Amino acid sequence: MSEPLLVVEDLNVTFPGRTGVTRAVRNASFTLGRERLGIVGESGSGKSTTGRALLGLIPRPGIVTAKTMSYAGENLLACSERDWQRLRGRRMSMVMQDPKYSLNPVKTVGKQIAETCLLHLRIGRKEAEQRTIAMLEAVRIRDPEFVYHMYPHQLSGGMGQRVMIAMMLVAEPDFLIADEPTSALDVTVQNEVLRILDDLVSERGMGLIFISHNLTVVSSFCDRVLIMYGGRIVEECAARDLQNAHHPYTRALVAAAPSLDVQRTELATVIRDPEWLR
Amino acid sequence: MIAVEDLTVTFRSGGRSVHAVQGISFEVADGETFGIVGESGSGKSTVLRAIAGLVPSTSKVLEVNGRPAARRRSRAERRLLQFVFQDPYASLHPRQTVDDILREPLQIHRVGGVDEKVQAAIADVGLLPIHRFRYPHQLSGGQRQRVAIARALILNPPILLLDEPTSALDVSIQAEILNLLAKLRQSYSLTSILVSHDLAVVAHLCNRIAIMQLGKLVEIISAADLRAGTVTADYTRDLIAASRGFTRASA
Repeated sequence: MSEPLLVVEDLNVTFPGRTGVTRAVRNASFTLGRERLGIVGESGSGKSTTGRALLGLIPRPGIVTAKTMSYAGENLLACSERDWQRLRGRRMSMVMQDPKYSLNPVKTVGKQIAETCLLHLRIGRKEAEQRTIAMLEAVRIRDPEFVYHMYPHQLSGGMGQRVMIAMMLVAEPDFLIADEPTSALDVTVQNEVLRILDDLVSERGMGLIFISHNLTVVSSFCDRVLIMYGGRIVEECAARDLQNAHHPYTRALVAAAPSLDVQRTELATVIRDPEWLR
Repeated sequence: MIAVEDLTVTFRSGGRSVHAVQGISFEVADGETFGIVGESGSGKSTVLRAIAGLVPSTSKVLEVNGRPAARRRSRAERRLLQFVFQDPYASLHPRQTVDDILREPLQIHRVGGVDEKVQAAIADVGLLPIHRFRYPHQLSGGQRQRVAIARALILNPPILLLDEPTSALDVSIQAEILNLLAKLRQSYSLTSILVSHDLAVVAHLCNRIAIMQLGKLVEIISAADLRAGTVTADYTRDLIAASRGFTRASA
């Protein structure tokens, strides 16, 4: 593997509140190359917060600290809001979970995607439109010229998700965070969207962080997986070895999921050990 | 217990009609857990709602508890089946305590011994007495779904209709709820229909499974056939392949 794209060491995200400090992410360290890295965990495990911290999207009063957080040699900890504007959208991007809430409902999808081009790429309106249509085609939307002029409510879930991916990729970033990009989709559509992401990673050499709670999807799609629990990375393993993970939490998660391959009379439940948070 | 023949549901609005369910037939035996799987818009939830009489439907036969179900259900008929919905955040009244929520069905059906029944229902679904006077926002997602299940079972219905009861929950909580449902269907001797988009969940809990696509029944298979992949329809095969995760090779 070449030089890592992203290096994170000792990342902490805390939110001060009335009743004390919430430590959403605790001492997380990892690197990302030009690969598919999965982050798995349950609600509240800090997986989305980790993703947002990497893009400088933790709102006040949240506090992000780390020993190192660098992207392609650039120190993200020292970034000003201006620096972030330059990076976000252009070189790093994030696909959110639900197209229903993440697209602007009063603008056609084509205009929304073209906006990204106009903002980041210094190209004219005409070219932005052409790029947008080409990008819609790249995410396998059948009639891109037609879809360009559609509004988000006219799209199905799968199409909406493809539009979001197109929007994030039109400026050709080399690092993409996908936060539960397929959780709202049907299984058959889910695999189509995954295939698009997969092609983009291998063709463009992008680095991808894939955040999901779905163990089956992560183990079959990603190269490596981080398992998060209570804001900590409790285990890191190769995705295909997820079934043989070592950490008791990972093992419990795998055992708790009903499987098509084995008939279990009773599903294992996760017994949480406070020791895991030490 | 439940028999459906040629069930059809059509929604009309402003000159457009949507054929949500098109001529579906199946039977569910006493004590069986029957599964319905399909993608969004396949009509699986509409089938449940039609059985419960929540949407108007036409059919040759629609039997509930061994008797033809009337178009307008009497109170006694409505008591025979109870529903558990997908989202425990949306299906519980935010300004009612667990106690209020569990009391309501008993009061509607004028059943006595409210206090003991509420206590027993709370214990049955694995909640603690301290949860009784809490509001839904003071409970976790799994606890809320337990309240929804308790509310469904408090009238001791012979039939339980489950519409995606675990899809809003984390895997570990899903496991707890699935285990609870498996235990309760024994102790309450329930006949149930489980609707889900998740093949693994349905295969775990059900004996027989109907696959639906675009309002039509594709086929009815056993859980063993589903696991073994011995299915006749291409659509079912695709669905199983997709549920097993992402495959890089196939185009």
